[in-house]
Amino acid sequence: MATEVARRKPGLVERIGRSTVGVADGLGYAGMLLFESVGYLLVGWRRGQPVRPRAIAEQMRQVGIEAIPIVLMLSMTVGLMLGIQFISALSEFGAESEVVIAVAKSVTREFGVLITGILVAGRSGSAFAARIGSMTVSQEVDALAVIGIEPVRYLVAPALLAMLVMMPMLTIFADAVGLLGAALYCSPILDVSISSFMMMAIKTLTFWDIGQGLAKSVMFALLITLVGVATGFGVSGGAEGVGRATTRAVVLSISSIVVADMIFSFFVNR
Amino acid sequence: MNAVRVEAVKDDDAALPIISVTGLCAWFGRRQVLHDVDFRVDAGEIRVIIGGSGSGKSTLLRHLLGLLRPRKGDVSILGVDVAHADSHTLIDLRRQMGVSFQGGALFTSMSVGDNVALPLREHTDLDESTIRIMSRLKLEVVNLGGFAELMPSELSGGMVKRAALARAIVMDPKLLFFDEPSAGLDPVVSAELDELILKLREAMRMTIVVVTHELESAFKIADSITVLDEGRILLTGTADEVRASDNERIQDLLNRRPREVEVDADAYLKRLTGEVD
Repeated sequence: MATEVARRKPGLVERIGRSTVGVADGLGYAGMLLFESVGYLLVGWRRGQPVRPRAIAEQMRQVGIEAIPIVLMLSMTVGLMLGIQFISALSEFGAESEVVIAVAKSVTREFGVLITGILVAGRSGSAFAARIGSMTVSQEVDALAVIGIEPVRYLVAPALLAMLVMMPMLTIFADAVGLLGAALYCSPILDVSISSFMMMAIKTLTFWDIGQGLAKSVMFALLITLVGVATGFGVSGGAEGVGRATTRAVVLSISSIVVADMIFSFFVNR
Repeated sequence: MNAVRVEAVKDDDAALPIISVTGLCAWFGRRQVLHDVDFRVDAGEIRVIIGGSGSGKSTLLRHLLGLLRPRKGDVSILGVDVAHADSHTLIDLRRQMGVSFQGGALFTSMSVGDNVALPLREHTDLDESTIRIMSRLKLEVVNLGGFAELMPSELSGGMVKRAALARAIVMDPKLLFFDEPSAGLDPVVSAELDELILKLREAMRMTIVVVTHELESAFKIADSITVLDEGRILLTGTADEVRASDNERIQDLLNRRPREVEVDADAYLKRLTGEVD
């Protein structure tokens, strides 16, 4: 009977099964996009499908240069906030002078890259999904394919390379600005100059402190790009579908970078 | 239902067809949308594929464009077996084809001129000034000579379709596809586009495949017409043969008679609840 069919809802096992298949499908698709993009970047020119330097430069401008003002503002704010919190917490033990090492390590290992990742996911991850999604809906992706231009080469490879270059650079910038923010608040309290605070912070850092942040930034670049473009290519349902995909791309990419950050930190700091 | 098939083979029976489709079947999930489709288009022909919504026209077109690979059956375009061609061969094949999509599918981030020039920039070593001249020439063919600097959003619906046509012919393809060329256009603009398609065939000796549900346009431009219904070819023949067909479904389509559709409530609800793909 029709009514019996209508009442039947998928059970827990069925829903888990479908979700698992969906996740595996998405991971497989993202892996294929990554594999193909790397292929086009390395040997695309030999197959008559070169990744144009102009397209890469344009993507670098969009994901990197244009993100500088907002990264500057939020990294400065986070640096100030960390300075306030650490001074307050450490003063309970009379250990205000340790604020330099606390701020330096937490900014370079964690906060600089995480803030940058979240900002880039919000700006560029959503932009990738929206751009590719609207191109999919309006058949522009099909048009690329029938013109003889591989959509992955034209749309994904330049974005991926731009992200892999610009995310570490933005992260180093965010680290520097974050430390400066902390210095602005802490240096009068510690009775040192801002430049002295910065020098002390740099001296306390090891290569691995900065390397952790940079390694994470590369991982975040991959996650943000692949989530954004895979979501964009999967769009259906017109303008509403593009809107849903954009939101989905932001939520998924921010969630994935936070979880990946936790897993990475767990393994490298044990 | 007995399918009547009249192949519009032109001068030479032995000549290789430009398009050859044999026993093509296609599915979306578990739903079969094409059933054993056999289809052949010869050089220089204008073939129009007509059919109602959901008849499988778009799916057939996507197979002809190589955007879908056949799961069952064979599709050969310009001698290339689409099912087994590697991506390099498919790219080479597509350079010999032009497509005008239903909505134009112009790249919204580029000017009209850059849209038309894109295939030349990607696939040739011509210098920029030559590329500009060639793309302007193609824009003039479609009466958009002075519009190269405009963005697609600044064009009317008919102009977008003509600009898309200019992009489709910029590489002088052997085979040209139109997906619903008249959709969304007023009758006058639609008639102008029909004239343009006929002129192009005369001037550039292309083989042209048009997918449409506009019967007037189909009868005006077609050398032969293929009628699709529920994923099956009902008839391939000349306009007169299609008009004279005693097939009830074809007459329903020609006379715009609504079909009595029995909705299978169980199947519909199963689809809604996700029990069936």
